[in-house]
Amino acid sequence: MLAALHRLPTWLRFALYASVGVLVLAIAESFESGGVGRLTADTASRAMLKWCIPILLAGLGGLFSERASIVNIGLEGMMILGTWFGAWAALEFSPWMGLVFGVLGGALGGLIHAVATVSFGVDHVISGVAINIMAPGVTTFLSSEVFGNRTQSPDVPGLGEVDVPVLAGGTFFGAETPDILGSIADQGVFFVSDLASFARGLVSGIAIFSLIALALVPLSGWFLWKTRAGLQLRSAGEYPLAGESLGVNVIRRMYLGVVVSGALAGLGGAFIAMELTGFYQNGQTGGRGFIGLAALIFGNWRPLGILAAAFLFGYPFGVSLRDLDGQSTHALLLVVSFCLAVVSLWAATARRLVDAVMALVFAVVMFAWYVQTDVAPDWLPNAMPYVIVLLVLVFAAQRLRAPAFDGQIYRRGAT
Amino acid sequence: MNNRMRSASLALAAPLASLLLAFLLSALVLVLVGSNPLVAFGDMLEYGSRLEIVIDMLNRATPLYLSGIAAAIGFRMNLFNIGVEGQYQLAMFVAAVVGGALALPGFLHLLLILVVAMIVGGLWSGLAGLLKVTRGVNEVIGTIMLNFIAIGGIIAALIGRFRDGEISTNSGTKLIAESGWMPNLNGFVEAFTRDIKGRQLSGMLVVAVLVGIAYHLTINRSRFGFDLRASGLNPMAARSGGVPPKRMVVVAMVLSGAAAGLVGMVDLVSRYHRYDNNFSPGLGFAGIAVALLGRHHPVGVAFAALLFAFMDSSSSILQVTGSASPEIVIIMQGVILLTAVITYEYVNQIRQREETKMAALATAGGAA
Amino acid sequence: MVLAIELIDITKRFPGVLANDRVNLRVELGEIHAIVGENGAGKSTLMKILYGMQPPDEGKMLVNGTEVDFKSPTEAIEAGIGMVHQHVMLADNLTVLENVILGSEPTKSFGRIDFESAAQHLREVSHAYGLDIEPNDLVETLEVGERQRVEIIKVLFRGAKILILDEPTAVLVPQEVEQLHHNLRELKAQGSTILVINHKLPEVLDIADTITVLRQGRTVGEVKASDVTAGDLAELMVGSELPSPETTESTVTDDVALSLRGVTVLNEEDRPVVDDVDLVIHRGEIVGIAGVEGNGQGELIGAIMGTEHVETGTLELMGQDITKWSVRQRREAGVGLVPQDRHEEGLLLTAPLWENAALGHQTQRPYAKGWWIDRAASRAHTQTIRKRFGVKTPNVDVAAHALSGGNQQKLIIGREMTADPKILVLAHPTRGIDVGAQASVWQKIRDARADGLATMLISADLEELIGLSDTILVMLRGKLVAKLDPANVTPRQLGSYMTGAAIETDGNGSADGGAE
Repeated sequence: MLAALHRLPTWLRFALYASVGVLVLAIAESFESGGVGRLTADTASRAMLKWCIPILLAGLGGLFSERASIVNIGLEGMMILGTWFGAWAALEFSPWMGLVFGVLGGALGGLIHAVATVSFGVDHVISGVAINIMAPGVTTFLSSEVFGNRTQSPDVPGLGEVDVPVLAGGTFFGAETPDILGSIADQGVFFVSDLASFARGLVSGIAIFSLIALALVPLSGWFLWKTRAGLQLRSAGEYPLAGESLGVNVIRRMYLGVVVSGALAGLGGAFIAMELTGFYQNGQTGGRGFIGLAALIFGNWRPLGILAAAFLFGYPFGVSLRDLDGQSTHALLLVVSFCLAVVSLWAATARRLVDAVMALVFAVVMFAWYVQTDVAPDWLPNAMPYVIVLLVLVFAAQRLRAPAFDGQIYRRGAT
Repeated sequence: MNNRMRSASLALAAPLASLLLAFLLSALVLVLVGSNPLVAFGDMLEYGSRLEIVIDMLNRATPLYLSGIAAAIGFRMNLFNIGVEGQYQLAMFVAAVVGGALALPGFLHLLLILVVAMIVGGLWSGLAGLLKVTRGVNEVIGTIMLNFIAIGGIIAALIGRFRDGEISTNSGTKLIAESGWMPNLNGFVEAFTRDIKGRQLSGMLVVAVLVGIAYHLTINRSRFGFDLRASGLNPMAARSGGVPPKRMVVVAMVLSGAAAGLVGMVDLVSRYHRYDNNFSPGLGFAGIAVALLGRHHPVGVAFAALLFAFMDSSSSILQVTGSASPEIVIIMQGVILLTAVITYEYVNQIRQREETKMAALATAGGAA
Repeated sequence: MVLAIELIDITKRFPGVLANDRVNLRVELGEIHAIVGENGAGKSTLMKILYGMQPPDEGKMLVNGTEVDFKSPTEAIEAGIGMVHQHVMLADNLTVLENVILGSEPTKSFGRIDFESAAQHLREVSHAYGLDIEPNDLVETLEVGERQRVEIIKVLFRGAKILILDEPTAVLVPQEVEQLHHNLRELKAQGSTILVINHKLPEVLDIADTITVLRQGRTVGEVKASDVTAGDLAELMVGSELPSPETTESTVTDDVALSLRGVTVLNEEDRPVVDDVDLVIHRGEIVGIAGVEGNGQGELIGAIMGTEHVETGTLELMGQDITKWSVRQRREAGVGLVPQDRHEEGLLLTAPLWENAALGHQTQRPYAKGWWIDRAASRAHTQTIRKRFGVKTPNVDVAAHALSGGNQQKLIIGREMTADPKILVLAHPTRGIDVGAQASVWQKIRDARADGLATMLISADLEELIGLSDTILVMLRGKLVAKLDPANVTPRQLGSYMTGAAIETDGNGSADGGAE
């Protein structure tokens, strides 16, 4: 059966996984006393999509850098540069220029990282930490000089939102179109309506900025796996000496990877300022650069994997925004417990008994928590992504495959 | 001897060069935004040399130093403890709760608070070490995740339960009884200078100095320190040399976390005496900067901590005089750090090349 | 006649070393030309110069009659020269095709790689030369021999007519060597010129038409392969003062220093990599372990040192059961190790020499005093090692990376031998060091043996193994399959035991007569 799954096209396979996920969510929420369908609501999926974009962009940023062997802990700092430069240019010129300057601000951070690590051979983590320390200083300084306020900017315009025609009732050349998913969702059929509602959230009220970010997923894959520069970049991340012995300018490819990495993180920062909050604020990245790094690992250094991870991390946020009483988040405890039970079963069949027992213990704890309480505390959605990351690493770190030269320092001609 | 002088001057040249570069760069930035850098730096120097501000600087340098030592312990073993931030906040929170709940006679109370903080920091950090050796979770990612879990999860989950109920507006934990307060060093300083107005020099300074000495003796002089450094330089060779690699990782992380646990203590036992929203965040990352700038050397880290603390405490005058934005010092700190790590690496490479040449000459001479 | 390659008076200096001293080389079009010489004779440096990886300090290079001055490998590739490096330069996580086309990718619009035409070209090249390989396989799934074929295809894919192969047989088993030689002859038949670096003389005589001999950075002769014997070549390579690792009369005693009984070590897939090994080493005895690399020697060392988990069996040191002891306990009890890769396992490269001397003995005097490291005594003791073992260094505070390989090795051997070991494990003690250091290391091993040291010697240098050992055991697929007397075994015979060929013909495979 698994083999049959793997014969499907990747996008279809992922869509199938997502449907199974929605089914689990729908079942889980049906146990809640006042089950109001928040987990599968279009508001939840719409918010998830929005909140996952910065993580996605940071993750893709990490992908470009680490595929070229440079670990980029500095994503957070590059993202911070993106928030300020994006907000400033959006205010000063136009939202589109905000996007451009967000990219440039992040790329500047990436360039610094590249100079330190690639040209001078500074340890990647050290350079990244230095950038993370410097970036908030730069933005706070600029903010107080330019906005006259060290912590916050005036409101920043975004790029706007669209509904996809036909599926979600958007307009098509001025003509109203039907809202197919919306009408299915209104039928209230178990699972089918849940699926439609969830899908509708992904195609309605979608920020134009998000569309651009999502387009970068296949684009990154195309660039890295189908083009000349991409191949050379990946070879630098696996075994730079191979490229050098064939006359490839490995250093240039590493620079390319790290600068693009910064640019993507900066784009993510601009998204936060322009679309998520609508203004620049000190510290508003909130560690998303780090979660992006986690998404990169979770996604096994592949674009679609990163997208899936970003969805997973964005989802609890998305739900919690409309879940003020914490009831739906409470249902997530059951989902997590269920997933851990599946992991336990899977580990047991693979005869990894320690893993199986550990996962089972976690599953039981989660289940006990679920049974003992009626609502989830307000801090849970904030902490959940990190716990998930850690659990995933605990159970899967040894099966993930980082680029072989990742994190090592390359010196030209040092055989 | 001449060579030793040369390498010593090389070692000093690097931080001085980065300092100079940072000054020039931030001066350039100030000129660009229309401030006069000379006036701004002059204001800082003048203000920063007042006794009260010197006290501020020392109170700031103390946790920075402890945080720097925490990071340095990891660095000496090639481990990146990025989690000092979470470790010290969690340690501070638990120590505040324990210290507030108990009242022991005199000195014991204070000691208990410090020990609890060290244990909590050590355990939280050790968890990352454990995940690394048993599950292969890279300690950089592990400690970052544990940071968020500690701050956004554990503290956020528990703070409600331990909030001080007597004052409704207060969001902090219960006030610690005075037996758990650290005596200040004002009397000692005043014996040499004048009365200090409205400031208290934290006794944690003494603790920080003791930690620095302990760090030096343990890492640079003891057998254990040799094992630790060897594991950092070459884990395979250390292993063949009898050093148990996994145990070293966990032990080093625990020690690093224990030092991290003390970082929040200046705020807790000398200033606020409870865990609330007033404490200074960001000391964990600043500690990494200080450790790098001071090259993991106990005295070097102290200089770096004093330098950063001077910038932090003297820059507030810029707000008052309006000669520049105080945030310029954060840029300066970042630039110093970045240029320092680059110049250190560069100088290091030069030195390696020179050593190779020297040894080759010795060989050639011996053969002739 | 135009020569494919002509190098005239090439000189290359490194700090303190004259790697190439007015080297001359003349390679005719369409021949297989071998360059032989000892480690450190300057072969690899010369090839790097020819391939544009390093510029020569002096001298002229002519390719196909025109003078060239390569600034990078790219220029050498353009001139039709390709290099197959000693360590295969392939990225495991990329496909064969990706590895081959890297740097010369055929592209379509937007920088897209034209994978179809690339794969087509690759298939053509590999068919033309009989080097079959599937373009879309991941390199990590390939065997050593296949990887080397990919390396050769890489070069041919770029249209190289002159191939340089740097020690291509170092990692190959004999069957793979045969296959490689077959491929090379095929290439020659199709008009390629081939330059092979090797120091395994029988292989050189088998494949080469012409042989150039280098010694200590100089050309000492060019001969036709048909005119010389291996003996002639060896004499050319090492000059007259051929150092020999012969030991004198037996010093073997009856005291058992180390004994292994039924020791088995499993790998990650639970297969035995050390399989039921019985082994006894007496005081004053050198037991040599022969074997093709990767037959469990590393794991056997690990079992003795305590870094590998011993699944079944027992180890006894001077009559004490040490099976459950930690590495440190064994170190303190007198188990010494000279590891096979000194950079990977033996040294702290950036630490001073005295700390490197202490490594492995840091819990014992003179290095330690109670819980503390005795820095003064450590330095003084390192000075003693420096003098007694002839470690050439300005002082004991320089970092270990600054020393040459031979001096690093002398330091390691010194620290192990001065620590009063009960048993010393020597893995490839003279690998990659110059001739002078080699002779001095051999002398130290002989001296220690005379003083009653029990030694286990693992080496790929069969002359060394035969010359020094009192007993030779052959290790094959984790088992000790034969026990030989070094007094009446030749390298050739030993080689056939190592590959398993002799054992099949010889039943129990015992040419006994040694220690027991």
